[in-house]
Amino acid sequence: MARRLAYFIAGLIVWLLLSWTVNYQEIIAGAAVALLAAGMFGGYLPVEPKKLLNPVRWFWVLVYIPVFGWQCLKANIDVALRVLSPGLNLKPGIVKIKTSLKSEIARVFLANSITMTPGTLTVEIKDDTLYIHWIEIRSDDPEEMAKMIKGPFEFFLKRIFD
Amino acid sequence: MISVLALLFLWMGVGFVLLGALGLARFPDLYNRMQAATKCVTLGVCGIMIGIFLRSGFNPLGVKALICAAFILLTVPVSSHALARGSLIAGVKLWKGTVKDEFTKDRGAEPIIEEEK
Repeated sequence: MARRLAYFIAGLIVWLLLSWTVNYQEIIAGAAVALLAAGMFGGYLPVEPKKLLNPVRWFWVLVYIPVFGWQCLKANIDVALRVLSPGLNLKPGIVKIKTSLKSEIARVFLANSITMTPGTLTVEIKDDTLYIHWIEIRSDDPEEMAKMIKGPFEFFLKRIFD
Repeated sequence: MISVLALLFLWMGVGFVLLGALGLARFPDLYNRMQAATKCVTLGVCGIMIGIFLRSGFNPLGVKALICAAFILLTVPVSSHALARGSLIAGVKLWKGTVKDEFTKDRGAEPIIEEEK
């Protein structure tokens, strides 16, 4: 039930942001749609609702956003330079790394963040193993490789979701 | 001031989208192309969206652009992941310079790295 309530509130907030009015007709229509969506899909919400009320987690979300933005910008400049360099500097391969994150949603966010960082693209998650396509393999040691790929993300995601 | 910043974001976005398109043409195989398509294009589109938001401010258009940027950031990695995984399982070949492929090895399937001609 709490899951559905959280889903309903999130849905209503997105609806109100999209319409950007406080007209009562909009709110009633949004509530009806959010209620329908929450009834249908609320049970699939992958976050435990009581974790959503913890301010410490939200603080880490706020720290995570600029960290992610910076990594994202670095990734783009890296790929852009590769595109423009005459030899392309490619040495691609698919490697696997382990993660210590426990919850599924944290793993999904780690995979998404890895996809947005320089030269790495998550191909598959199987339990705690992530398969990653890396555009230029710079190391052979699994530990070092995992550190280079995961960057600072695991530290933050553990505090946000686990 | 803000309109200058908005233009800066718009041009940055357009530049990254252009580079992403160039990467699509230049990289040798599907998986490397996916890298260009996910990274450059995501940040490029987000830059354009933020530029639109800065130009129009807090009105329906600007806020919609921001929400659009957030959803693009959340969904593009997932779709690229699904495409890459599907291609690997379907046996789309990796470029001949590829060093290793642990995913196919762990699945126990035939290696799908292109052979040197």
